[in-house]
Amino acid sequence: MYVAVKGGEKAISAAHAWLDETRRGDTTLPELSVAQIEQQMALAVDRVMAEGSCHDRFLAALAIKQAKGDLIEAAFLLRAYRTTLPRFGASAPLETSSMRLRRRISATYKELPGGQVLGPTFDYTHRLLDFALAAEGRDAPATPEAPADTSDVPRVTEFLAREGLMQRESMAETEPGDLTREPLSFPAPRPVRLQNLARGDEGFLLALGYSTQRGYGNSHPFVGEIRVGHIGVEITPPELGFAIDIGDIGITECQMVNQFKGSRTEPAQFTRGYGLVFGHGERRAMSMALVDRGLRARELGEDADAPAQQEEFVLYHSDNIEATGFVEHLKLPHYVDFQSELENLRTIRRAAEAELREAAE
Amino acid sequence: MSTLARASVEELAAGLAALPPLPEAEILRAPETGLVMVRGRAGGDGDAFNLGEMTVTRCALRLGPHIGHAYVAGRDHSKARLAAVIDAALQDAALHDAIMRAVVEPIAARQQSTREAEARKAAATRVDFFTMATMR
Repeated sequence: MYVAVKGGEKAISAAHAWLDETRRGDTTLPELSVAQIEQQMALAVDRVMAEGSCHDRFLAALAIKQAKGDLIEAAFLLRAYRTTLPRFGASAPLETSSMRLRRRISATYKELPGGQVLGPTFDYTHRLLDFALAAEGRDAPATPEAPADTSDVPRVTEFLAREGLMQRESMAETEPGDLTREPLSFPAPRPVRLQNLARGDEGFLLALGYSTQRGYGNSHPFVGEIRVGHIGVEITPPELGFAIDIGDIGITECQMVNQFKGSRTEPAQFTRGYGLVFGHGERRAMSMALVDRGLRARELGEDADAPAQQEEFVLYHSDNIEATGFVEHLKLPHYVDFQSELENLRTIRRAAEAELREAAE
Repeated sequence: MSTLARASVEELAAGLAALPPLPEAEILRAPETGLVMVRGRAGGDGDAFNLGEMTVTRCALRLGPHIGHAYVAGRDHSKARLAAVIDAALQDAALHDAIMRAVVEPIAARQQSTREAEARKAAATRVDFFTMATMR
């Protein structure tokens, strides 16, 4: 517990003034613009949109500038801002088979309809620092182009499902639960779990996903497919009564294909772990897909004894804004609390010392 | 509407400026920014779930007898207002073709060419296993 304390206003205002000065850094260097962050720190912007659970590139870039590059602080700013806005409604569920692809790869099939499209990737780079980037004013070389086929690319999971080898997903068409409106309750339905994971901390998801690969709830994953690109969002405003397209967002989708031994009612088949995130975030989408599959253990009748399979543990600790709030609140004055602990400890020590003296006498 | 939603405010303003001035619009709902909850589907084709929100700006206005609506991604109030003006004007049979020609079609063509350029860049990164096999 902490108590309200007065005083310190002058110190706080001086601290914030210094924060502003350190944010700006060396004033002989040009100031970073929000547009520069949006364009040139694009993956940081994507992460902040995902964890802030709000797709708006400008706002995410502004939050990164304000937070001096602290991405969790930036996601916190974005989450706080979204609470000031009214909700107009929900979109039609995204049909990712019709997204405009920048990248689409599969680790399960070499050749497949739509092909393996690498897109702008760090994969196959040598991870050597490129000092040429330190020299400013260098234009990027022209990107090669090739004749394109822009028809929809079918999903890998659909090929397997048509053969009866991939479990079909439930199609309940019920209104999904919404974490921004109702608190978590357990057992959490899969749509709520997916919402929680989609905005979860990337480091937490990565570590949990990694743990499932290392044997803590092994689900033998293969990357069925990763898609990165843009997709139009459709809503049906009540005053119009028909669906309209309100613009594009960037998304990354990962379909993990996992083994399933079968049960009394279902034959052995593959099952899905699913990841979908705002922006270009493959590590995040893959981790989400691994953890989603881990959390499906109970409903698939598997043992659920690994950390990534325990939904209370995972869902209560995935949110870095809640986590940072609770961890960092320890910085707030706990003077009264601590005084009582101190008094307690002194009493115990006095009693123990008195006992020792008595024993010696 | 999908073309207008993806246009820049400058494009919309420039398109309208090239036309004879439209009557003054009567604002029914001033531009307002809010959120739309974007939904996905579990496994890509299963139950819907809430992925996260996006900012959207809406506006409704009357232009003569026609009511124009706009819902556009982002927080640009002037863009939402211009999109609603164009939406209303497009309902006027006398103006429809001129606005399509002067405003909507050039923007749609520009958007299409941006998309095609991106698709060509993606196509250049397509792995061609067949070529590798024949090179041996």
